Amino acid sequence: MVGTEYYVAISAVLFAIGAVGVLTRRSAIMLFLSVELMLNAANLAMVAFARSWSASGATTALNGQAAVFIVLAVAAAEVAVGLGILVAIFRNRVSTNVDELSEVRA
Amino acid sequence: MTDLAHLAALAPLLALAGAFVNGLFGRNLKEPAPGIIASVAVAAGFVLSLIAFFGVAGSGEAVRVGFGDFLRAGDFTLSLGFHLDQLSVLMMLIITGVGLLIHVYSIGYMHGDPGYSRYFAQLNLFVASMLVLVMADSFVLMFIGWEGVGVCSFLLIGFWYHDLANASAGRKAFIVNRVGDVGFLLAMFLTFKVFGSLDIQTVSAMAPTMLYGSAVLTGIGLLYLLAAAGKSAQLPLHVWLPDAMAGPTPVSALIHAATMVTAGVYLIARTSAVYAVAPAALATVAWVGVLTALVAAIAAVGQTDIKRILAYSTISQVGFMIAAVGAGAYWAGIFHVLTHAFFKALLFLGAGSVIHALGGEQDVRKMGGLGRRMRVTGTTALIATLAIAGVPFLSGFFSKDSIVVATFTSGALAGAGGEVLYALLMVTAGITAFYMFRWYYLVFAGEERLERGVSEKVHESPSVMTVPLTILAIGSVLVGYLGLPSFLADNRIAAWLGHATAAGEFSHPSVATEWLLLIASVVVAFIGLGLGYWVYAVGKGALAKRLGNAPIAGASRGAFGFDILYRALFVDTGAGTAEAVTLLDREVVDRGLVGLSGVVPLIGGLLRRWQSGQVRAYAFAMLVGAACLVAAAAIVGVLK
Repeated sequence: MVGTEYYVAISAVLFAIGAVGVLTRRSAIMLFLSVELMLNAANLAMVAFARSWSASGATTALNGQAAVFIVLAVAAAEVAVGLGILVAIFRNRVSTNVDELSEVRA
Repeated sequence: MTDLAHLAALAPLLALAGAFVNGLFGRNLKEPAPGIIASVAVAAGFVLSLIAFFGVAGSGEAVRVGFGDFLRAGDFTLSLGFHLDQLSVLMMLIITGVGLLIHVYSIGYMHGDPGYSRYFAQLNLFVASMLVLVMADSFVLMFIGWEGVGVCSFLLIGFWYHDLANASAGRKAFIVNRVGDVGFLLAMFLTFKVFGSLDIQTVSAMAPTMLYGSAVLTGIGLLYLLAAAGKSAQLPLHVWLPDAMAGPTPVSALIHAATMVTAGVYLIARTSAVYAVAPAALATVAWVGVLTALVAAIAAVGQTDIKRILAYSTISQVGFMIAAVGAGAYWAGIFHVLTHAFFKALLFLGAGSVIHALGGEQDVRKMGGLGRRMRVTGTTALIATLAIAGVPFLSGFFSKDSIVVATFTSGALAGAGGEVLYALLMVTAGITAFYMFRWYYLVFAGEERLERGVSEKVHESPSVMTVPLTILAIGSVLVGYLGLPSFLADNRIAAWLGHATAAGEFSHPSVATEWLLLIASVVVAFIGLGLGYWVYAVGKGALAKRLGNAPIAGASRGAFGFDILYRALFVDTGAGTAEAVTLLDREVVDRGLVGLSGVVPLIGGLLRRWQSGQVRAYAFAMLVGAACLVAAAAIVGVLK
């Protein structure tokens, strides 16, 4: 069995790539992709921990897997709403550059 | 007759009805009508009081008229009712009798005043309240009347309220009276705590069973004394009465001479059973009365306002009454209330007649010789002057003498300086004769010192005013014979009031001593009058002018500086405190809040920089925050 630490390492790398993407990219679509990357990094970590937990203990721990499904559902909803907003913004501005979207600035 | 006596309960209601009719519809009535309505209401009250008097006299028993329970709380019930005994029916007769004469007199005196109907409404309201005060069977109902007369006094002192001085005189009277009222309330609380009842007869019946001279009984006595001092203008709460002369003169006669200011005397006579077991409180009462009598008499000498002289004289005479009840001679105190009601009301109404004739002049230095031109006023005023001065065979002589003798023979004062009180009262009696002679001589005798243009207008007042004067003058002569010295004849009034008040202890000196005391009183009165004659009639006041710079003369003119002292002590302190609080509010509270409102945008200005609108900046902040949380969790985990 592949060790849990490998999964966690990949998860961390994925998370870091996502975080850097969010911070550096200007296109809203790329931002969404990066956020998805981060969410899935977290999902990977949770599944990995759930598996190691089940293997080591007497009980079958399904909490991690269940949480992943919730995260997936929330991510899908978020993307649906987020893309809807994005389309609306694109119609108005013909741009998805987030740096230009600062009207609510105080 | 006893059943008919119950009708007397209607007397205050009739006066109240008169007040309502005049108060609500008086504006629409033509001039004498409000006065006649008010007078009829009081006259009916007088008839009812007479019926009650004969009812009580016939059976010798007190009559109780109950109105049912006023409030119930647990096992305590307070019922309201009237208690008509020898003391209260006598007071009712004074209030309605003298009150009626003053109402009639007012019809002439207030002629043409724009507030004619308002005046009579308030005067009737006063009579109603005063009747409730003396008829009440419980302290609570008495307090209702007590406050009622206070309000009417306030209203009538400030009757001509367009003049600020009159309005503030009314306010002063009200505020000073409040001090006494607080005493009354505290006394009631204490009475209820000790006796468990506020019914006067119950309390009186229980009082002899209480611990003689205990601190709590003394406290009750002193608090009722405070109440009496407020209402009866005794030291140190006497300062409102001279200012109360701002009201119309008949008001001064009725409220501030004949009836309301004697409420304190009535209160102490009514609670005599409590004072009988609180000797220390009783001695204090006597001392307060005597000192007030002396101080006010000296102050009366230095006044120049025709009514202010009489005001100080009233304070002094009420001091005599308080001294009498303080000596345990409750009957003598009430006897002096009765005689004083006649001659002092007469003096005030005479003064009113003079003021009326002179078109508002009140300075005695601008009067003189008026007795020749106002025969009835002058003659009746002379009778009243001689009565108050203590000339034998007039009413004031008998009542004043009974008081002075009572302080001498009182068992209650035997260890509390009774002889000193006697001496002080004798001196006061002499001063009384002196300043009353001065008053009479400066107004009615000697040369005319009228201002130009006034002299031609001087006229005797109409008969609606002079008839009451004449009746009061007859009373001033005759009522004294109700209370002849007991070693000479039956003292009817002492026997009458003995049924309703506690009996004081008195030593019984020999007949020779009694005669000596009597003669001493006469001599003192004539010394006072003679001095007055010598200074003002023979010396034309030259001696008075020469002594004008003496300290005692200054003290007399300024009435011993009580007003100045109270102004500095209470009025200025109060104003200073108010100013300090205003300053605190404006400089600290207001400024603090305004300053605080400046801080909020400052903080906001700092925080708004974070709201840049840059999504990636927010994301970075979130990342850093999350990283910090994780780091913190890790550190805490390691430390555990």
